[in-house]
Amino acid sequence: MIYFDHNASTPVRPEAAEAMREALAGLHANPSSAHAEGQRARAAVEAARAQVAALVGARPDQVVFTSGGTEGDHAGLIGLAWAAERRGRRVAISAVEHHAVHGAAEVLERLGFAIEHLPVSRSGVVDPAALDALPEDTTVVAVMLANNETGVIQPLAEIARRARARGMRVMSDAVQAAGKIPIAFDTLGAEALVISGHKFGGPKGAGALILARGAPWEPLFRGSAHERGRRGGTENLPGIVGLGVAAGLAARDLASESTRLTALRGRLEAAVRARVPGVVVHGADAPRLPNTVNLSIPGARSDHLLVALDARGVAVSAGAACASGGVEPSPVLSAMAVPRDLAVAALRLSMGRTTTADEVERVAEVLGEAARLAVGSPS
Amino acid sequence: MTPLRVLAAMSGGVDSAVAAALLAEQGHALTGITLKLWCYGRAPVGERACCTLDAIEDARAVARTMGFPHYVVEAEEVFRARVLQPFLDDYAAGRTPYPCALCNQHLKFGDLIARLELIGADALATGHYARVERDADGHPGLYRAADAAKDQSYALALVPYAALERVRFPLGALLKHEVRAHGARLGLQVWDKPESMDLCFVPDGDYAGTLAGSLGETRGLAPGAFVDRGGRRLGEHRGIVHYTVGQRRGLGIAAAEPLYVIEIDAHENRITVGPRAALDAPGLITAPANWLVPAPPAAGERVEVKIRYHHAPAPARLHPRADGRVEVRFATPQPAVTPGQLAVFYRGDRVLGGASIERALGAGDAPPAGDAPPAGARAAAALAPAAPTAP
Repeated sequence: MIYFDHNASTPVRPEAAEAMREALAGLHANPSSAHAEGQRARAAVEAARAQVAALVGARPDQVVFTSGGTEGDHAGLIGLAWAAERRGRRVAISAVEHHAVHGAAEVLERLGFAIEHLPVSRSGVVDPAALDALPEDTTVVAVMLANNETGVIQPLAEIARRARARGMRVMSDAVQAAGKIPIAFDTLGAEALVISGHKFGGPKGAGALILARGAPWEPLFRGSAHERGRRGGTENLPGIVGLGVAAGLAARDLASESTRLTALRGRLEAAVRARVPGVVVHGADAPRLPNTVNLSIPGARSDHLLVALDARGVAVSAGAACASGGVEPSPVLSAMAVPRDLAVAALRLSMGRTTTADEVERVAEVLGEAARLAVGSPS
Repeated sequence: MTPLRVLAAMSGGVDSAVAAALLAEQGHALTGITLKLWCYGRAPVGERACCTLDAIEDARAVARTMGFPHYVVEAEEVFRARVLQPFLDDYAAGRTPYPCALCNQHLKFGDLIARLELIGADALATGHYARVERDADGHPGLYRAADAAKDQSYALALVPYAALERVRFPLGALLKHEVRAHGARLGLQVWDKPESMDLCFVPDGDYAGTLAGSLGETRGLAPGAFVDRGGRRLGEHRGIVHYTVGQRRGLGIAAAEPLYVIEIDAHENRITVGPRAALDAPGLITAPANWLVPAPPAAGERVEVKIRYHHAPAPARLHPRADGRVEVRFATPQPAVTPGQLAVFYRGDRVLGGASIERALGAGDAPPAGDAPPAGARAAAALAPAAPTAP
């Protein structure tokens, strides 16, 4: 099996798995307990906090552990919006945000907030100038750091600069960016940043919300003083330990992996182009994550391609995963004005730490074969 | 046994689940596919509807239990173009369509079978109650299922003949209660799931309501006249989509004897009613037929013809025409020949072919020697109104 779906989830780093096993076996106390056993558990949590902070260029006290990206997106967007409620009840999100951010915006809408959507260019990039046109009572702007489907990287520093000029706070979903490109939270200008462990070799169910010091923000989970009152609930200790170890390894390997994967991405695109003339790579003109290729082969529907590739031992994603497992034109590609017939053919190939050059060649070969069959089959 | 690579069409119901599971149990390499046709989405309308999100989860659970992969393939566009639109057009034209036959023809045994190569599969399996066997000459044939009450050969009559070489019907020799028993034995959660009785896109059985409501149909809804065979106005109908040939209930006309719908004229928006005797027709003309034998039968061939899902096949002679249509002459007149339903031709248990019914023959139609029957007489007939029934 060749696994080209690292944007969906990654293999857990063996070091992280081992650390988690040890935590499960040896750290049974509640990290909030006052006794020595509790303090040992607390120490493991705090060590992980430092590792996560280092990955994103933040201070440990800015890190709030969560259950992952969806919780982080909710806590970040809703928490910032609540804290600024007296100034306005309107937030803006980009048109290409992850479902989780759209979901958090829905919660706010349910509470009576107005939601604005920032358009993207055909390359999938948010135009920072769009912020200048937002209504005066807009308090929070959510723009992801890198897109999960296309890998397109957003000009977040410029967006944050313009937001600041208008007194708006910035929330950024960095779930796909973390571990793949350098992140310097301290100079980014965002008030909130969201990451998820299983996208960079950590376990599922552990992530973090990074909050700028002094940023007005209100917690979502309340009632106890965990995470300095920022997230109630006993810590997912083994998960947090695994997250920390994975963050440490990702930070260590980031520069070399980024170089290696960028080369593999170029090789993959060239190999596919050579076999499948007419292939379209979405977001190719924009800065992109080193590992992500989102492409369409005209006439080859992605649900057909996915089945054909899987039968030949290649795991990829078709468009964006949807609830029923079926394929519908991705809202991200629609926002990029990709025509429907190309959008339903979109395939996301996402590489990772385990990807080799041989796999890249093999995937291009299998994709060429599957495309011939899929183009020939009736739609 | 040589293990095959089999693509299994799985609706989420017990039949297709057991069909796939039995093949997997025999050691074949299965890949499950659920076609996303229509009423999938966030609001499941009930567990009897066959293509909701819950149904997809049920199919997926069966694949997990049996340890084979399962995928959802989006087929809504083909479904709309090849099944739903003809269904709407038929209703608007005063016919009573049978969309399950089109779904089998174009989706399961058309679109899906054309995709076997994608996974390198040798065969397509479904949960239909029917059999495919080789005849004495070695040609494949479609045959009735062992379970006469569940037999779905009628719904399969439009399947392309070439497809029979590549299909497997694992339930063809089983009785329904045996299928459920296999489901329970194999630990499939769907083993006691209720039957799906309705069309998947008309889950509550309210055809007219669905046409005008969720399908947005505007044709055939205008009130018009009920007339007798002499053209005398007897009352007002609610729009032709509310009626089918042979219907007696709900006409709302006071008369000395019970009245039945005899003919629906969409062009004039007029429905002809008459006594039960007027429902009988000596024969019918079909649309171009689909044959499930190497060559169409000779003129005058004696067969049995089934004119709707729950009709007891009636002896008849077939007269295939050069244009592909078939003239059917019953040994004794049959009631309620309904345009839009299928006429399926049987010789014993074998399905020779089938076609959509274009019209009933009347007393004025010349005997079958000639090609073009005279225009006019369009008497039709019915006791049990034809209603689409899930395959």
